[in-house]
Amino acid sequence: MADAKVIPFDDDRSRGSAVQRPPRRRGAGSRRKATAEPALVGDVQPLPSRAPAQDDVPVTREEQQPERPQDEGGLERRIAHGLDFLRRRLTGDYEVDDFGYDAELTDQVLMSLLRPVYEKYFRVDVKGIENIPSEGGALIVANHSGTLPMDGLMMQVAVHDNHPAGRHLRLLAADLVFMLPVINELARKLGHTLACAEDAERLLGQGELVGVMPEGFKGIGKPFSERYKLQRFGRGGFVSTALRKGTPIIPCSIVGAEEIYPMIGNAKTLARVLGIPYFPLTPTFPWLGPLGAVPLPTKWTIQFGEPILTDGYPPEAAEDPMLMFNLTDQVREQIQHTLYKLLVQRRSVFF
Amino acid sequence: MGKVVLVTGVARRLGGRFVRRIQRDPRVDRVIGVDAITPEHHLGGAEFIQADIRQPGIARVLAETGADTVVHLDVTAMALGSGSRTTVKETNVIGTMQLLGACQKSPTVKRLVVKSSTNVYGSAPRDPAVFTETTPPKSLPSGGFAKDTVEVEGYVRGFARRRPDVAVCVLRFANILGPAADTPLASYFALPFLPTVFGYDPRLQFVHEDDVMEVLRIASHEPERGTLNSGTFNIAGDGVLLLSQCSRRLGKPTVPVLLPAVNWAGSLVRTLGVTDFSPEQIRLLTHGRVVATQQMRETLGFRPKYTTAETFADFARSHGPGLLPPEALAGAVDRIAALPALGGGHPPTQSAN
Repeated sequence: MADAKVIPFDDDRSRGSAVQRPPRRRGAGSRRKATAEPALVGDVQPLPSRAPAQDDVPVTREEQQPERPQDEGGLERRIAHGLDFLRRRLTGDYEVDDFGYDAELTDQVLMSLLRPVYEKYFRVDVKGIENIPSEGGALIVANHSGTLPMDGLMMQVAVHDNHPAGRHLRLLAADLVFMLPVINELARKLGHTLACAEDAERLLGQGELVGVMPEGFKGIGKPFSERYKLQRFGRGGFVSTALRKGTPIIPCSIVGAEEIYPMIGNAKTLARVLGIPYFPLTPTFPWLGPLGAVPLPTKWTIQFGEPILTDGYPPEAAEDPMLMFNLTDQVREQIQHTLYKLLVQRRSVFF
Repeated sequence: MGKVVLVTGVARRLGGRFVRRIQRDPRVDRVIGVDAITPEHHLGGAEFIQADIRQPGIARVLAETGADTVVHLDVTAMALGSGSRTTVKETNVIGTMQLLGACQKSPTVKRLVVKSSTNVYGSAPRDPAVFTETTPPKSLPSGGFAKDTVEVEGYVRGFARRRPDVAVCVLRFANILGPAADTPLASYFALPFLPTVFGYDPRLQFVHEDDVMEVLRIASHEPERGTLNSGTFNIAGDGVLLLSQCSRRLGKPTVPVLLPAVNWAGSLVRTLGVTDFSPEQIRLLTHGRVVATQQMRETLGFRPKYTTAETFADFARSHGPGLLPPEALAGAVDRIAALPALGGGHPPTQSAN
């Protein structure tokens, strides 16, 4: 971006290229207001003639801001904000919920770490975000792939950054995640919890947006030759959970994650020794060592489908296995269908 | 009709405090404290009978006093004074068996309150994030106090089946903290630095001693209108604190240790008999434990005065600051904020707020 760009021009461009951006920044601002006083003062500082969206685009797009006085104000504000954040972290003066979800750390640090991967590396396109309700519980059901659960994390960023209400996705993760040191700590702080009916129901009952990938290890650890072929959807427990809580099920199709680590083999013996469900062999891993663990920079598309409503069923419907299987199949079909549609539309794996 | 309350485990601070509290209650005529050893603290005028609940003599005490309410607080994790783990386990399990046997024979007993612990749920990575009273534990505790509580609750359930006319209330307390608490977690937080398990940040819940007193009082009386005080209830303050938050609020540095090394060091320390740092304690400090308190609010009708964070703040106040007091750290950050190079135009109060 050139320094001398005329302001209205710049304004138009930023609006055009980043349609989804302003809501997120506004959402972040309002949260900041709620938590910290200094941020409130900072938010008022910019000139009233400049829209907050336009003021904020350079902050995330580029490190340098076009105008000098604003630059200083922004830098100062960011330093003050950063120090305030540091102060609260050092003294332990922050809140976590019952599941260990640390909203502040997620917003300020962990999301900022994932965002470059989301924006620059996988260049995720998001479609159908309007299918996610702006409040109340909903269960997002997605396909699972990619050897490492990058798709879950990207889906979390996609929902938070694109949804007008800046909603947080609470993912349900496998028990392996909570056995591994460091990983379990980060997962809890990101708001993930164990994939079990109790936790899912509790979260949905609190009106949270819950994300689940019912394929589990069967999906994430499937060989490259079976890409975009949905595996069995567990035992359909997610349907009965949604039925019990009367929350809509939103099918979500993720294209691009299947190719990040093309798994051509599975060292089963090694996996058993290490106590993990599969040990992937890709063209680069483990032959190139840690370098081989870098995912391929595929181009992703995440599409949220039409919600499937469950509040019309009687309360005993959750106990009806036939209905459960039917709904599970309906969700699965819809995801598979959308996957094929997106694959036809895709120009190339990498662009 | 007079109300006679028999309290076990009064030689401990918690028991002693409860006796003094219930003694002042106008609805209670007579309070009898029972323990194997004479308490060092005063019991506020309550009668004290020295009796070992592991011996059948407790039946005679119960018959002679004609108690109608039995509050069993002698289910504890730590030995009093120089007792060994074996003694504690015997008091917990055999003592409960004897006491329940005595209660079963007694025609006067109408109400039984048992202090249990959320330890019965264990802590495992496969467990749901929040336990309700009906959640079955995925991995039953293999030993220590946690196993004691599971067994105690088993005997209490058996007693409730055999004597349906007695109202039985089991209170599963989260970690009890307070200025005077003598629980394993309190002694852990009293260490100058806190050994933690590397890569794990457990979620902890606390309940304040004052709230413990209040809920025991509610459980040992007739239920208020619209509430029910028989059954099993989780008792914990609102909210959750992570161990990292606890250490920062206490101002104590943490020393992360790898899990295998922690287990090894734990068994070494136990063998040497320095402290009773039990495996279940290590599991709690690895995976953490959070319980749902909806039943406590809606059925028992009890609202704790202290949240988990307030309980911990009260505990931290009574213990004094650690090596890295939070105020000092906050002051250091404020001084950095006030440096002219970093936003000197701003008054320092802006970031100190």
